[in-house]
Amino acid sequence: MSAYVASLVSVIGINMILALSLNIITGFCGQVSLGHAAFYGVGAYAAAYLSKLGVSLPLTLLAGAAMAGTIGVIVGLTSLRVRHDFLAVTTMGIGFVFLGFVRKQRWLGGELGISGIPDSGLGPVGYALFVACAAAAVVVFSLWLKQSWMGFTFDAVADDEDAARTVGVNTSAYKLTAFGIGTAIAGFAGGLYIYFARIILPDTFDFVTSIAILTMVVVGGTGSVWGVAVAAIAMTLLPEVSRAASDYRLLIFGAMLIVVMRFSPGGLAGLARLFLARRRMTP
Amino acid sequence: MPGSSPWERSSPSVANYTGSLLLGFLLATAVSALAGIAIYRFAYQPLLGHSAFVPMIVSIGIFIVLQEAFRMIFGAYGIAFDNNPYYTTTVDLGGIHLNYVEIAMVIAATVLLMGFGLFASLTRAGIGWRATVTDPQMATSFGVDPIRVRYLNFFFGSALAGIAGGLVGLLNNYVEPTMGGLVSYKALAIIVLGGLGSVRGTLIASLVLGVVESFGAIYLADVFDRDAIGFLFLILVLMVRPQGLLGRG
Repeated sequence: MSAYVASLVSVIGINMILALSLNIITGFCGQVSLGHAAFYGVGAYAAAYLSKLGVSLPLTLLAGAAMAGTIGVIVGLTSLRVRHDFLAVTTMGIGFVFLGFVRKQRWLGGELGISGIPDSGLGPVGYALFVACAAAAVVVFSLWLKQSWMGFTFDAVADDEDAARTVGVNTSAYKLTAFGIGTAIAGFAGGLYIYFARIILPDTFDFVTSIAILTMVVVGGTGSVWGVAVAAIAMTLLPEVSRAASDYRLLIFGAMLIVVMRFSPGGLAGLARLFLARRRMTP
Repeated sequence: MPGSSPWERSSPSVANYTGSLLLGFLLATAVSALAGIAIYRFAYQPLLGHSAFVPMIVSIGIFIVLQEAFRMIFGAYGIAFDNNPYYTTTVDLGGIHLNYVEIAMVIAATVLLMGFGLFASLTRAGIGWRATVTDPQMATSFGVDPIRVRYLNFFFGSALAGIAGGLVGLLNNYVEPTMGGLVSYKALAIIVLGGLGSVRGTLIASLVLGVVESFGAIYLADVFDRDAIGFLFLILVLMVRPQGLLGRG
């Protein structure tokens, strides 16, 4: 594995974990979040700060996930008060609050972020494999979660919250759980990112990043684990493969959101399901 | 419709080409209004049957695409007006120096919002408009055409956004592709804060948010930046009043 491939694998793995973590909140449980990058950032900052103090890699990753998950549950509390568009605006606001806070903190490096993050000790290739294993673990966890009892309940909440409440589902508890799990995994991705980049800047976790993560989820198919995983890989590789795609990256993301929602709201997964169903109908 | 107001900005290139600020301004407003209608027709109307999530994602897509399109067409560094006399001419109002654009903004906001309020409360179209928001089915059975109402909404909403964009361009004497970004987020925050559909709530919310941001930026300067203070305030208010300041719960 060359250094280039190793870095590509790391980025793909991190993006995949991010997309799958948002998929748990937005896909499984139906709670829109436009500020997911904030939790990615919380995890990254927590891990980076601790790593500079000499804390070991596994502990910093765990601390980043725990910190992001804790804040995620607090932010999740807002989802108990507001829904749909209002929740979208609220979570978007969380992203700005996080950025505005971090930028003003001298102990977190302010605008310059945190640099000089220690080496992972695994080497570029070893670390890429580590990230890939972590991404695979998140895929397996997502698949398990989706078919578990909790996954069914998430589905019920996403489908019709009031109906779920009527049949005795404690929707508040499940929404908070979804936020907790999803944001903790995003924080974990943030921790993985710092040992890869070795420097973090506030702008890495801005609104555009939140939208990029959301685009992967929507294009892959909101709620589909495989769809989201494939979309995360494809959308990370796209700017690498084609120079034009890298120049017009945002334009392509925006156009994808419009086209996918217009013609296949179920995303790639919806298309695949349609294709398979057609093939079964015409043997 | 979430995030419905498009982010078209008037481009000073028309003004620079023709040498007429007025022509550029009017054209910008017209282009915005027509673009709003086109966006409704081709992007939102086909999605009417879907859940609110779908049009919301589309609105984000449109936002990104327009911003990138402006960057590609007009360049990333923006354009300044060649000749903007309203920017340089100032008036002294009892010790406060204001330039013509600032005065025009205050007057435009007052006139447009008053006219808007009168239109919504007094004219047939305005009443049909509000009826459609409250209960689309009932409004339809009373002869209001909801499709026409929506077109009208997008026309007016986009025209107002175009006027605002033109004025901001004149005020800064400069326009650039991302100038609509933060404004759009803030506008969304303000209508949510005021309570969706309430013009009075929107007015109060924009005033309150402006004051909170300004004072917050002084007293909390070491902890948060201006935007964070605004959104923090929004979140706190929504936790207490999820329907917004004057929204109906």
